[in-house]
Amino acid sequence: MRDHPLGQLTLARMREFYREPEAIFWVFGFPIVLAFALGIAFRNRGPGELRVAVLRGPGDSALAAALRRGAPGLAVTVLDSGEARLALRTGRVALGVLPGDPIVYRYDSTRTESRLARLEVDAAVQRAHGRADPAVVRDERVTEPGSRYIDFLIPGLLGMNLMGSGLWGVGFSVVQARTKKLLKRYMATPMRKSHYLLSFVLSRLVFLFLEIAALVGFGWWMFHVGVRGSFVALGFITTLGALSFAGLGMLVASRARTIEAVSGLMNLVMLPMWILSGTFFSYARFPDAMQPFVKALPLTALNDALRAVMIDGTALAQLGPPLAIVVAWGLVSFGVALRIFRWR
Amino acid sequence: MFPAIRCAQLVKRYGEVVAVAGIDLAVETGECFGLLGPNGAGKTTTIEILEGLTVPDAGEVEVLGRRWTDGAEARALRERLGIQLQETQLADKLTVEETVRLFRSFYRASHSVDEVLALVELEEKRRAWVGKLSGGQKQRLAVACALVSRPELLFLDEPTTGLDPQSRRQLWDVISRFRAAGGTVLLTTHYMEEAERLCDRVAIMDHGKVIALDTPRALIASLGAEHVVEFALADGTGRPGAAPPPEDLAALPGVRTVRLGPDRVALTVAEVHRAVPALLALLERRGAELSLLATHHATLEDVFVALTGRQLRDA
Ligand SMILES: Nc1ncnc2c1ncn2[C@@H]1O[C@H](COP(=O)(O)OP(=O)(O)OP(=O)(O)O)[C@@H](O)[C@H]1O
Ligand SMILES: [Mg+2]
Repeated sequence: MRDHPLGQLTLARMREFYREPEAIFWVFGFPIVLAFALGIAFRNRGPGELRVAVLRGPGDSALAAALRRGAPGLAVTVLDSGEARLALRTGRVALGVLPGDPIVYRYDSTRTESRLARLEVDAAVQRAHGRADPAVVRDERVTEPGSRYIDFLIPGLLGMNLMGSGLWGVGFSVVQARTKKLLKRYMATPMRKSHYLLSFVLSRLVFLFLEIAALVGFGWWMFHVGVRGSFVALGFITTLGALSFAGLGMLVASRARTIEAVSGLMNLVMLPMWILSGTFFSYARFPDAMQPFVKALPLTALNDALRAVMIDGTALAQLGPPLAIVVAWGLVSFGVALRIFRWR
Repeated sequence: MFPAIRCAQLVKRYGEVVAVAGIDLAVETGECFGLLGPNGAGKTTTIEILEGLTVPDAGEVEVLGRRWTDGAEARALRERLGIQLQETQLADKLTVEETVRLFRSFYRASHSVDEVLALVELEEKRRAWVGKLSGGQKQRLAVACALVSRPELLFLDEPTTGLDPQSRRQLWDVISRFRAAGGTVLLTTHYMEEAERLCDRVAIMDHGKVIALDTPRALIASLGAEHVVEFALADGTGRPGAAPPPEDLAALPGVRTVRLGPDRVALTVAEVHRAVPALLALLERRGAELSLLATHHATLEDVFVALTGRQLRDA
């Protein structure tokens, strides 16, 4: 009975991975830690609390009382003018109010918070002085699922993780095998080169599903981040993403002779995408001139597709363009890698 | 019947360095052939050219009657070879058994894992991680990976370098058993003892060339004498004392050659029982005091020294 070489190579890949505790942490633990920390730090805080300071002086307590009554959403404190100046400068209060005639609002007009505070304070002041609002209005509050930062973050982390484990998982092992002359040893056997390369792809696919399950499961359990679209679509997109980044990893590792060289190359490839591809914040913030470049990056396309499925519940059929970008990157890098690969 | 390995006029350069400078060899089927030489002699470069892993700048190679090509033909040839490389580090995180199974899966015909582990006596370590093996066990595993294909031809590049005498002897047994079953072996080494013990024929290499090629016995016989007498003089300064002129030494009865080394003098002699008393008498007359006197049977080491004027180990 003969084992299939592709099966044995894939098994070897997987064993080498799961017997390396650090690798396990970086692939499974790290994204979860990151999701946890960022999810906590940027959680939506009830109705956003605006702090304003009433400066000490004649009539300060009456004014403070009027504000508390007229604008219950504000946190009002009474401060000396020195304290108030410091609090304003450091952002602890959004607005300073000087009692007197006229009443003076002291604030930084470039801060959204401060302008918001000014509007609320002014409305309360005017009403206290007898202004009547002629139009009758009613508030209706909604919290749209999928609009929180964590909802935005989880798909991004998933994309980033697919990139990281694809590049590291493939790039690192290939170069290590090369420096240890293991590649050369394989070349001394009748092993097929395609089997060697495919074994990376296959072992990536096996771990991929664990990666998704870990991160998506954590997001759901901890923050109730759901998947609006189908799990099939999610599985399909992540598979394409994983294959594409495995190809990129192969390309990065195709010539490098040392671990240092390949680490440098990987950072060179990954760093721009960490920043530009909308993992932690929307890439819409970059200038228009950069948008075509940003959108052509594989991680941007992957993140867009993941968010479309997880947040908006978009169907696969509508995700042609971003998925085409992901696939194109994979095919081109794999093709080039095969041609220039250094087997010795 | 063609030879198991044949090569002609092999040349390989690395920039300025000529690693292999025109080598012709023929290794017969069933033979154990040794490439012997100091560090940098070009042994690894030569053996890797023969293995089809390095492309020579010039020259021809035939292995089992075939030339190295690409694709299916090369794979078919590789099915019949077993190769151990000088520098390979097998994956640390795989066990012995997993490693052998992996290599085994590359070949059509092969030993079972149990058989090959028994061949190299690693059964006890089958579940140990490769990274946790001793140097000798790692080498035996490397040889196991080469043997797993039931090769006709086995290439071993310094299989015993850095091993203690016991591990070395264990590997020698493995190689002897492979030969007893009809296999052909090409091995490189810088241990003369190993070459004398294992090889039918030996090519001594230096600076990319073969400088002598014969059976170990014939090479030693070429010294013209069976024994080597070495001595050093004490003159209190730690430097070799004023040795007698080489002509005087050469004139002693039974002495064939004289070589003045940095710290000792070596004489190849046919009859120790006549040469040594005469040497002692000569030194006595000159008032020289001995700090060392030793004799041994001539070895390939002495052949190398006679050919190059250098010691093999520190060449
Ligand atoms: N890849 C390479 N690039 C540059 N020079 C090389 C390369 N491989 C070998 N050489 C040079 O070729 C010469 C022969 O090297 P080789 O490895 O064949 O020697 P060797 O006889 O196997 O030595 P050792 O006993 O140390 O293994 C050396 O001078 C070495 O520096
Ligand atoms: Mg060598």
